Amino acid sequence: MESLTNFFQLFLNGLLTGMIYSLIALGFVVIYKSSKIINFAQGHLLMVGSYLCVILVKSFHLSFVSALLLTFGFAIFLGLIIERLILRPLIGEPILSVVMATIGLASVIKSALMIICGPEIRVFPPILHGKILRLGGLPIPYLTVYSFIGVGIFLLCFGAFYRYSRTGIAMRALADDQLAAQASGVSVKKAYGISWGIAAMVAFAGGILIGNISGVSSSLEPFGLKVFPAIILGGLESLMGAILGGLILGVLETITVGYLSFLMPVDVGSGVLRDVVPYIILIFILMVKPYGLFGLKDIEKV
Amino acid sequence: MTAKFCGDFKVSYQETNKLLQRPLIKFWVSVLIILICLFPFMASPYLVSIALFILISTIGALGLNVLIGLTGQISIGHAAFMGIGAYTSVILYTKLGFPFLIGIICSGLMAALLGMIVGIPSIRLKGFYLAIATLAFQFVMEFVLIVWRNLTGGADGLVTSPPSLFGFEINTPIRYYFLCVAVAFLTTLFVLNIKRTNYGRIFMAIRDRDIAAEVLGINLFKYKLLSFAISSFYAGIAGSLFAHYVLLITPEQFNIWISVDYVAMIIIGGMGTAKGAILGAIFIGLLPEFIKALSVPLMHHFPHLVENLIFLREGIFGMIIIIFLIYEPEGIAKLWSRVRDFFKLWPYSY
Repeated sequence: MESLTNFFQLFLNGLLTGMIYSLIALGFVVIYKSSKIINFAQGHLLMVGSYLCVILVKSFHLSFVSALLLTFGFAIFLGLIIERLILRPLIGEPILSVVMATIGLASVIKSALMIICGPEIRVFPPILHGKILRLGGLPIPYLTVYSFIGVGIFLLCFGAFYRYSRTGIAMRALADDQLAAQASGVSVKKAYGISWGIAAMVAFAGGILIGNISGVSSSLEPFGLKVFPAIILGGLESLMGAILGGLILGVLETITVGYLSFLMPVDVGSGVLRDVVPYIILIFILMVKPYGLFGLKDIEKV
Repeated sequence: MTAKFCGDFKVSYQETNKLLQRPLIKFWVSVLIILICLFPFMASPYLVSIALFILISTIGALGLNVLIGLTGQISIGHAAFMGIGAYTSVILYTKLGFPFLIGIICSGLMAALLGMIVGIPSIRLKGFYLAIATLAFQFVMEFVLIVWRNLTGGADGLVTSPPSLFGFEINTPIRYYFLCVAVAFLTTLFVLNIKRTNYGRIFMAIRDRDIAAEVLGINLFKYKLLSFAISSFYAGIAGSLFAHYVLLITPEQFNIWISVDYVAMIIIGGMGTAKGAILGAIFIGLLPEFIKALSVPLMHHFPHLVENLIFLREGIFGMIIIIFLIYEPEGIAKLWSRVRDFFKLWPYSY
């Protein structure tokens, strides 16, 4: 019984981490679908979101909700700016150039953040901390519950946007067949801009969520790269795949760390293991099923 | 009155393949070699140490340029191979007492072996997928270096001593400088020659369209692995030279950002050419110095800049990468040849 409770505890924690991963993965997939670019700065956008929100709440004494809305507004703005200044001039360039441009963007964002905000850890004021819901003997913090609900609503809105709104449908058309979509009057530039805006927004949402759980500091940086296994597992083109991939990755990571950290040398700590497990999973996925669960296999013609 | 070249006239295939295309170039190359040899005797020790790091990163960048620039396989894990080279060499030389020469060659071979293993997925994966696979290798390698205590000393790293070659102690920076110059010279020559052989042309065919290359009868698997092996061999050698210069190696010195530095070098320098790799290594090596020099006058106005110098470097580094990608995607090498062409045809540029 003890071990079963332990397992469920780990599973729940994993789902919570997985939620965050799903949000970040979603950002990757949105950008990839519309412009075939992988954004290596996704983790840094996440940092911007969490820093901005925590500063608005703590230094400007705004309520959490208004800070949240302001942060989302800024996300769309930032996404549009990045797309306009950096990515649009690089349309049609080789993959490596685009990858490096986003890596360059990552270091610009990181250094700007560190110079402006300083290295100290910032903590969100306790909104939901401490309260615990008991579900059949399992203690579940309210933070987890609300995160689930919040992220769920977010994802639903997002899905509805893609499925029902005119812009969303245009963006899906563009992802499906760029030439045909353009011929029927879809603006590629607008769609790229919007997809960057959305990607920044989901990254910011993820950032605020992690910021609430573990505090805001430069240690949030690796989150961006750790999500690669999730998007590869889900398939680069699939929104549903990204969400599922994120959840699976979160659960796998937490359970592996929970059960295997005794193998590590005493003073190394489980953090090092936690950081590397996703990449080991990644290598495994790439060997077995490189195009993921829902991804499209490239069919090449010469 | 001297006659000026106003175009390259080549009448045979051998001529287009010559390393030193024109008599004038022979002259400039010899001047350059003499200058490089005189440099440590004229410059301050600080400048020599910068030059040493530039030489070492030149070797690494040359290797990466074979992989990315010639063969078109993206790798964001170059520093991991440097790390493997560094650790192999230190373990062989310091712990097991092998001669330095064997250590440095084995470090190259060890890195090449692992490079080939990492290269195996390249037969199925392309572009982003391969980039991510190499990224994963980079992190797993760092993890192994931290956890495999008994062999690597964990996060504390390993201490080593200056090497000796055939009984000759290479214990001063100037001696070490000449060792690095010699290795860098050999490796540059080798890379220049790859492009002139069948192998180089096969690599470029794979880069331009790998399926087309396969249809023409090229064994993709073999040549992609070969490219990975050459590139990691270079990284291993560079890592070994690095280790015996700094004398203390830790896993941190071979992290993801060093890999990014290397990719930046060949992008900023120019892809696919040895000249590009060298110019890129020089540029990235001198960048922190420029920023330091630049920040001195700024320091009076912004006193807290000192503690942020490292972040400032990172930010400017990122911006330079982006600016190069947008405005000069072919790098300094292209810039250089454009300036040269301007003066060659001056004043009648049409």
